[in-house]
Amino acid sequence: MSETAREFDRRPWILLAPSLLAITALVVIPMSFILVYSFYENIDLAVDRVAFQFSNWRELLTDNYYHIAIWKTLRLSVIVTVLAAVLGYIPAYFIAMTKFRHKWLLLLLLILPFWVSFIIRTLSWIHIMGNQGAINGLLIWLGLTDQPLAMMFNEFAVIVGFVHVFLPYMILNVYVSLEGIDENLEPAARTLGATPWQAFREVTLPLSLPGLAAGSLLVFVLTGGSYVTPLILGGPNDFMFGNLIYDAVVTELNWPMGATLSFTLLVLLGLVVVLYSRFMGLNQLSKAFG
Amino acid sequence: MRAWGLIRLYAILVYVFMFSPIAVVLLLAFNNSQFGGFPMQGFSLRWFYKLAENEAIIRAFKTSFSLGLLTALVSTTIGVLASLALVRYKFRGKDLITTVLISPVLVPETVLAVGVLIFLRWLHMPRSFGLLLLGHSIIALPFVVLVVQARLVGIKREYEEAARSLGANPVQTFFQITLPLLMPAVFAGALFAFTISFDNITATIFWRPAGMETVPTQIFGMLRNSVSPEINALGFVMIVITVGVPLIAGGLARYFSRKKI
Repeated sequence: MSETAREFDRRPWILLAPSLLAITALVVIPMSFILVYSFYENIDLAVDRVAFQFSNWRELLTDNYYHIAIWKTLRLSVIVTVLAAVLGYIPAYFIAMTKFRHKWLLLLLLILPFWVSFIIRTLSWIHIMGNQGAINGLLIWLGLTDQPLAMMFNEFAVIVGFVHVFLPYMILNVYVSLEGIDENLEPAARTLGATPWQAFREVTLPLSLPGLAAGSLLVFVLTGGSYVTPLILGGPNDFMFGNLIYDAVVTELNWPMGATLSFTLLVLLGLVVVLYSRFMGLNQLSKAFG
Repeated sequence: MRAWGLIRLYAILVYVFMFSPIAVVLLLAFNNSQFGGFPMQGFSLRWFYKLAENEAIIRAFKTSFSLGLLTALVSTTIGVLASLALVRYKFRGKDLITTVLISPVLVPETVLAVGVLIFLRWLHMPRSFGLLLLGHSIIALPFVVLVVQARLVGIKREYEEAARSLGANPVQTFFQITLPLLMPAVFAGALFAFTISFDNITATIFWRPAGMETVPTQIFGMLRNSVSPEINALGFVMIVITVGVPLIAGGLARYFSRKKI
């Protein structure tokens, strides 16, 4: 046995081959291609020329339109992440600490939104906040207003839609890290004289930070890469960086610019992931699925 | 204890926030109005009948369904093989390989979609159903690997070693020992993959060939500042499929496993 152990073992690589081949063809090579393509020249609709020139990059660096989109995307991602953390932490704490007999039901309800179609969950907000939505219907029925209030197709609606769709990721990640904390720690802090709030702040909160960080990373990156939610819930001015990519590729058929923008988004969001893994490692992320 | 009461109230309100929009779609599907929104004008099934006659939606459903099933098949197959390698073998560069395997979730989907299209363009290949299938499989792969890996770690190696010492070859051991023990995770992974594919819109908008619609892209195309009542009915059907089927399957599995004991 010791002889064969020293030899190069081919078996794991045979098992890995299909996955690695597929990822190479659909992730690794395409990601290098968008960099190469960003130097190509766009001639006309869907016509481009092999070149090594910087006009796409120059446009990106000098045109204010792109900078506004980057700024909007960053701002929206931060707002959505903070809101998800604020809205998500307490329910996660509740599920982790409750003595409720049917805790499994709360967890099931937490997983359930993942099974409901993203586009249905997103458009459902038109039924809540739209002119014929539940809120306006209620207000008119109560006689508080006779004209529906305009709440849809603005940045607020986009933020609500994002938070609604990504909140379960946050709660799940925080819950997993809270569940992993030794349940004797908080009582121990209490017997040592800490108030409930102190015990939470000094013991539980710090120990749950990895989960909060993992949830925040997921929500931030998922928001930052989106373009569908602003198209459904936003107005004409609520575009994000992903929308510029969509416009360049789908509407203008300007592939080199689409590649330039894609590479930029990849680097910007990649930086966030790299920063995160520097401090936290990527293990926490996979815990939520275990 | 007053603090705990507030925490509970807060949690309940967040659950209300998560579920009321979904409940509203389910409710409005039965609205007898010709508009998609409120007020409710009586209970009716007319939009479901209308839906059943809509050929574009039926076609989209068929596409989504076969795409989802094939994606589940492909990603679960290659995902189980990769998980076996990661859990059962020692080799150099395992951390790097793990990162590569989860890389499809680390790359923003919009970027992934455009990158694949540009590569395809360079190859002079048209967009196709095959592209959607491979693309969806790659997007689902990390989730399958995570689910299967977690279960595989818990399956004792002794069972496999016992089978081997009794004369089974590695392939026999896999199909008769490991796979049956792994079945719950394989099933969960496949279900996961199906849902991911069935639900995908971000990449699908880019990858679908001209004229091909999946259910989400079909709905997206039908949205014009207002929601037609047909979409509500369609939403109802989708929610019943994607939520109801796993719930019933899980419930049945629990029921039967309890009966055995």
